[in-house]
Amino acid sequence: MRSDLLTLLPEALLFLGAMVALVGGSFTPRTRQWQIRLVAAAAVVASMVAATVAWLGDPRTAFSGTFAVDAATGAVRVTVTMALLLILLLGGGELRDHPRESETCSLLLFGGAGTLLMSGTTDLALLVVAFLLASIPLYGLVGVLARPASAEAALKTYLFGALFGILLMTGAVLLYGLAGRTGYQYLGAALTDAPPAAVSAGGLLVVAGLLFKAGGVPAHFWVPDATEGASATAAAYLTTVPKVGAVVAISRLLVELPGELRWATLLGVLAVASMTVGNLAAFAQTDVRRLLGWSTVSQVGYLLAAAAVVERSDLATPALLFFLAGYVVTNLAAFAVVAAEPGRRSVEQWAGLGSARPGLTAALVIALLGLVGTPPTAVFVGKLATLSATWDAGLAWLAVALAVNTVASLFYYLRWIRATLRPATDQDPTPEKEAPVWGAAVAAGIAATATLVLGLLAGPVWLLLGP
Amino acid sequence: MLSVLVFLPLLVSAVLLTPRVGDRLARRVFVATAAIEVLLAGFAWAAYETPKPGGLGLEQQVSWIPGVRSSYHVGVDGLSLPLVVMTALVFLACAVHALREQQRPRLQAALFLFLEASCLGLFVSADLILFFVFFDLSIVAMYLSISGWGHGDNARSALKFFLYTFLGSLALLLGFVGLYVAADPHTFDMVELAANPPLQGQGLAGGLVLGAVFLGLAVKTPTFPFHTWLPPAHSDAPAIGSAVLAGVLLKMGTYGFVRIAMPMLPDAWQAWAPVVIVVGVVSVLWGALVALAQTDLKRMIAYTSVNHMGYVVIAVGAAGVLADGTAEARGVAVTGAVTQMVSHGLLTAALFLLAGSMFERTGSYDISRYGGLAASAPRYAALFSVAAFGSLGLPALSGFIAEFQIFAGSIAAVPATAVAVLGILITAALFLRALQRVFTGPTSGLSVSFCDVSAREWAPVAMLLLVSVLIGVLPRLLLDLIEPAAAAVVALVGR
Repeated sequence: MRSDLLTLLPEALLFLGAMVALVGGSFTPRTRQWQIRLVAAAAVVASMVAATVAWLGDPRTAFSGTFAVDAATGAVRVTVTMALLLILLLGGGELRDHPRESETCSLLLFGGAGTLLMSGTTDLALLVVAFLLASIPLYGLVGVLARPASAEAALKTYLFGALFGILLMTGAVLLYGLAGRTGYQYLGAALTDAPPAAVSAGGLLVVAGLLFKAGGVPAHFWVPDATEGASATAAAYLTTVPKVGAVVAISRLLVELPGELRWATLLGVLAVASMTVGNLAAFAQTDVRRLLGWSTVSQVGYLLAAAAVVERSDLATPALLFFLAGYVVTNLAAFAVVAAEPGRRSVEQWAGLGSARPGLTAALVIALLGLVGTPPTAVFVGKLATLSATWDAGLAWLAVALAVNTVASLFYYLRWIRATLRPATDQDPTPEKEAPVWGAAVAAGIAATATLVLGLLAGPVWLLLGP
Repeated sequence: MLSVLVFLPLLVSAVLLTPRVGDRLARRVFVATAAIEVLLAGFAWAAYETPKPGGLGLEQQVSWIPGVRSSYHVGVDGLSLPLVVMTALVFLACAVHALREQQRPRLQAALFLFLEASCLGLFVSADLILFFVFFDLSIVAMYLSISGWGHGDNARSALKFFLYTFLGSLALLLGFVGLYVAADPHTFDMVELAANPPLQGQGLAGGLVLGAVFLGLAVKTPTFPFHTWLPPAHSDAPAIGSAVLAGVLLKMGTYGFVRIAMPMLPDAWQAWAPVVIVVGVVSVLWGALVALAQTDLKRMIAYTSVNHMGYVVIAVGAAGVLADGTAEARGVAVTGAVTQMVSHGLLTAALFLLAGSMFERTGSYDISRYGGLAASAPRYAALFSVAAFGSLGLPALSGFIAEFQIFAGSIAAVPATAVAVLGILITAALFLRALQRVFTGPTSGLSVSFCDVSAREWAPVAMLLLVSVLIGVLPRLLLDLIEPAAAAVVALVGR
């Protein structure tokens, strides 16, 4: 039991950090709440260290095989903790001396712990618990740093979350009823004789629930509203961390269900739907936060494509994990730039940034070209590996759809880049007067650099992810 | 050796990005680095020994992403080394030309050195992913060059350039992944893929993969009907941007044919060779005819690029039509194709630099607004004439050597390609007509106060033309390098 607890040390440390932030925040004066943020960051760092140590050790399971500690868990833990650190840094401007500073930190850490649990679990019952643990802080985060549009965004997120949460539970119950067990490792054998329609329904419902967390079609409607309405901190969080957990959870479950080609095809179709819907909707956006929100919907499509072929290609798991890490840092770089320039919202308002803040512009260009998948950034390597994996798995149509969607995505990312590089003219709406945020600019620099470094050092990183 | 060649400009470019460097210093560093690159390319040529067929010289291989069997693998042979030297020369010419640049010279120098690194990197790549990385980086750098330093409707032209060529690059990537998946064991290594071509005897799959690769390369070349991005990109790009775009970037497409499409997909290449030839012939004629109709000097030069690249496409297409006893002719065609890439790179870069000098003075490329320029600017007229004559294929210049071999080889292998000789005729007519309108007659219009070119303008152009004359007079220097590699490609595609 004790060794089981030690296995979950990274999750426990995040949980503990969240508790300390919550309680400590009540006893700390508002002007000194930054201390709480430091405590939270320290907990995240401790969790990252514990995760790295565990990653380098042997793969194992904990709590009677309901939680797996393997390369995937290791990669997700490090990715999520890294993301949390960057979010704590980029949120500096919004959080500083805000009445809800410590609560926000606490929610971020609770959500992170839930995400880690969700990605590592190999048991339906634990999956339901992890879903709730990851979702409830999310609802809070969307609403907590109140801006006029936050309330609507929070309500929408909550309603969608509640609905898809129920679907997830129904699916889990159905699968449990058919198999008689909740552990994934027993599902394959127990479900072979079960009626295929019922198994399909159960699996579909669970996947649908997880798609809410991933922000993929058809459970994506809350994403653009939440990204636009919530604070930059919450937006950066909700477009990165929960997706990591959900996509890995989907890949873990589908491997165990019978009828792998059917599931690969189904998830492939959902992936194509996500990419296409996200890209088409992003075309028309004028608010950059909303644009990024839709862009994340399309990015989830690429991630799901990798998750779809995990069983059919040896490349797929490392491709998925690498893509996740690359996507998270690149997307955070983009959101950090947005957080650093709170006065600029519509694409036209970004005109003139190139001459005013060249460093920040460079970070944005790297981030956006990175999201397109331009070499040598990390997303390029992830996308390349995903293309190879899907084709290798015999789903060449999925590879083609991925490439076509990448071209389509170019249009809206370039529109934004083009605006930042040109000088501002009189026709452009002037940015609102808000002080630039330095913490976020630093976070943008770090994340953009990480995007490049991760792409260039893909080889050594890849070896850690391999089976 | 090759790695130094690729990474030196990258390193200098990074240093130039620090704001401490002054503008004067930045311009000089650009010239110095470009000169060192020419020297390094020369050393590489000196150190190069003809490898065994299918092999590479000056090879270097370091593991990069072992998970997908992609490595940092570089090397040169008779196909790539001439292009490496040509690239270094074109960039040196651009660096000297840009010595008077007033608009953010430090950033421009950094950008062009970055672009030089990506162009050289592409030509020395022996791994498909490495090739693709440099291919995309060159697109990004050229986009920034057009949108940052261009004139006219440059933002729009830059966007069009980016969208077209990026679309092409993704088709290329799909093709590469197809090759990778079909290879056993999976690999992205060019040498291994050429030695054991996957997809042999798999008609449909091979055709589809070749289709993707061909689309990507054809957009970049550009061939008809994918050439529409080229004229606006050229007419709105800065002078040195145009010179590099036409001189070096277009070669990436045609180089891809001889380096990737032909040796790695021989079966499919043979099957589709007639289509390739038709595309080439149409490009030649279409490019020439549209160039003839232009009133804008820079657009005219841009369209002649479509025409000149068309000859290369015809030659590589003809190399895929197998018939007994034509192996030697096909070798001549491929040799001519590579010579044409070098020749066109030198001559068209010279023409675009000269067009840039014209725009600096008057702000107009309109042919009808000039007249009798030879009287007011004799040096300019002389240089322009030499470049134009070289471009239309006058003997004693490199263009003749290239086009003569292309037609000698192609017509022997596929007699129908003789139609494309019409293209040479039209090009000759259009260049002579332009020369006549701009340079002869009474001095009028914008020619009146046109001051002649200064040393920093004529020296780089003269250097490029001198090399072209050298190739024209002593072709063996270059042909001895290309011929073994061309024969190897012909043997590979004939499998």
